[in-house]
Amino acid sequence: MCDPQKMASLKEAVAKYDEKVAKVLQKIPERKKEFVNTSGIPVKRVYTPLDMEGFDYMKQLSLPGQYPYTRAVQPTAYRGRYWTMRQYAGFGSAEETNERYHFLLKSGQTGLSVAFDLPTQIGFDSDHPLAQGEVGKVGVSIDSLWDMERLFQGIPLEQVSTSMTINSPCAVLMAMYLAVAEKQGVTFDKLRGTVQNDILKEYSSRGTYIFPPRPSMRLITDIFAFCTSDVPQWNTISISGYHIREAGSTAVQEVAFTLANGIAYVEAAIKAGLKVDEFGPRLSFFFNSHLDFLEEVAKFRAARRLWAKIMKERFGAADPRSLMLRFHTQTAGCSLTAQQPLNNIMRTAFQALSAVLGGTQSLHTNSYDEALALPSENAVQVALRTQQVIAYETAVADTVDPLAGSYYVENLTDQVEARAQEYIDQIDRLGGAVAAIEKGFVQKEIGAAAYRYQQEIEAGSRVVVGLNKFQVKEERLSDLLKVDPSVGDRQVARLKELKSTRDNAAVQKALAELKQAAAGDANLMPLILTAVKALATLGEVCDTLRAVFGEYEAPALV
Amino acid sequence: MAVERKIRVLAAKPGLDGHDRGIKVICAALRDSGMEVIYTGLRQTPEQIVAAALQEDADVIAMSVLSGAHNYLFPRVMELVKEKGIADVLVMGGGIIPDEDIPALKAAGIAAVFGPGTDTKDIIGFIQENVRKH
Repeated sequence: MCDPQKMASLKEAVAKYDEKVAKVLQKIPERKKEFVNTSGIPVKRVYTPLDMEGFDYMKQLSLPGQYPYTRAVQPTAYRGRYWTMRQYAGFGSAEETNERYHFLLKSGQTGLSVAFDLPTQIGFDSDHPLAQGEVGKVGVSIDSLWDMERLFQGIPLEQVSTSMTINSPCAVLMAMYLAVAEKQGVTFDKLRGTVQNDILKEYSSRGTYIFPPRPSMRLITDIFAFCTSDVPQWNTISISGYHIREAGSTAVQEVAFTLANGIAYVEAAIKAGLKVDEFGPRLSFFFNSHLDFLEEVAKFRAARRLWAKIMKERFGAADPRSLMLRFHTQTAGCSLTAQQPLNNIMRTAFQALSAVLGGTQSLHTNSYDEALALPSENAVQVALRTQQVIAYETAVADTVDPLAGSYYVENLTDQVEARAQEYIDQIDRLGGAVAAIEKGFVQKEIGAAAYRYQQEIEAGSRVVVGLNKFQVKEERLSDLLKVDPSVGDRQVARLKELKSTRDNAAVQKALAELKQAAAGDANLMPLILTAVKALATLGEVCDTLRAVFGEYEAPALV
Repeated sequence: MAVERKIRVLAAKPGLDGHDRGIKVICAALRDSGMEVIYTGLRQTPEQIVAAALQEDADVIAMSVLSGAHNYLFPRVMELVKEKGIADVLVMGGGIIPDEDIPALKAAGIAAVFGPGTDTKDIIGFIQENVRKH
């Protein structure tokens, strides 16, 4: 559309259309005076080639698998194979969760995703006073290698890819996974999977931090270095916008704060002596897919393009794989309602579709009962089936990036990218992501967006079907999953047994060596691996590190 | 005319749960309605919460738990509230709380339980109606 004559006649046509619209508006006003999306981006009545003036196809989009990867990171995308269908799951003890994994794999799921309980995520054993009431509640309880072995009973680790949502004590759980693989006779180079390992969003949005930022960043780069040499197919981090969005951010903030965290990790790794093209290819991302369908599609595309530019221009990465933003997506948990929960199936389906149209590498679809409890087996099956219907029945995966070239989607992709870049510049001026979080900037921005969103719902300007419009009187959903309350006692009993049967001298020796190394600057992964193989518990390893690193104190921000 | 004392609310996240979007939104809404709000931040033990309520002379303790640990944490806070002789403090809870758990929590002394989708105006109204009068 560069032909000046055609553009001129289009301008004329648009002017006439505007005149006509002005007349129509006198008779039938539009639903709102202004249409603005949640990120604050104004939405025009109609988009035309005039909104793409100066558009440079090769520069802005290029082809799938080519820089700047706006369209896809792989040349054939889903025509090669579908995204990995990966439901986040875990509750109770390792045995109960193992049973759920076998059910999911039998149902056609193609990857595992481990949800750990809060004591595990915060590095406490099940017998710690702060673990009371929390053991096995939001995920599986893992105290030692014994539990980890039970978790993957009957699952050959060379055949699955496993994602583990673990951050602060990531090195410990990663070490346990490696130890299980060793026991199964699987060499590390065969292992495929991802650890979340993203501490920065824990400080700003998710809350499962243990250590202060500096030693936390060191643990992260230790994992980068160890995996680069020993576990080459492993994704060493999943830089997560999901929780930033769940905490209330807008789509633009989600991209901006996630990529700003990404920049901080790359800088930390370079500072630790790694080369960007050694670890760059193993960085992965994790995004939310929320309700504004087209904005979400644009967001995924914008994030891919922006990260490619950052890696190339800012960090001088040369390996194409370092430039590729590969990501997992989860549909928005915060969009689910406890009211009329079956409506959540539709919400999740639209969100999943936007993730697929945005080119996600793997996907978790939420279950309709998750505003009320962890998902029941029936609900999780519907969620998985939703992905399978999109893949096998809708045909949207048959061509790559099908919404490219839409005047609106391209315009929105540009705007999301530009606005995210503005935030990143602002964070740079504050001294980077760590400083911006320490100063509370990120938390305040997210908190303000969350409050605005809630106020819109309460004012009725934002409709949530079944909640503030189209309500019905209803019975609460029954048939919810209930975690067996005895799991806490069982875990405590198992810990006692462990401590009375293991070689305690070997444990003490391994922990003493770890402590000494933590005070220096050696890579801690091999020492942690030795400790967990000697059956040191998660809590013991984390306490050893707490003694050296100290603990993070969150600033009071409200 | 004496200046009316603002209602003082201690907002708290007991246990290990990190989901603080809800409690922060509620803090902002309560503040906008004219209340004094002190937020403890994450990972508070019941002991810390009750000590803070005492120290801050709170009229209300508002707790949020989305991790499923409410059946342990909420009643434990109530025990301590009674132990410390501040049983006239209005103690409320919210989060992901199954309906079937609510009767036992109320029997333990939790004045109200607010679930997902609650309008902040309902929480404000409940506090204004039920808070102790000075």
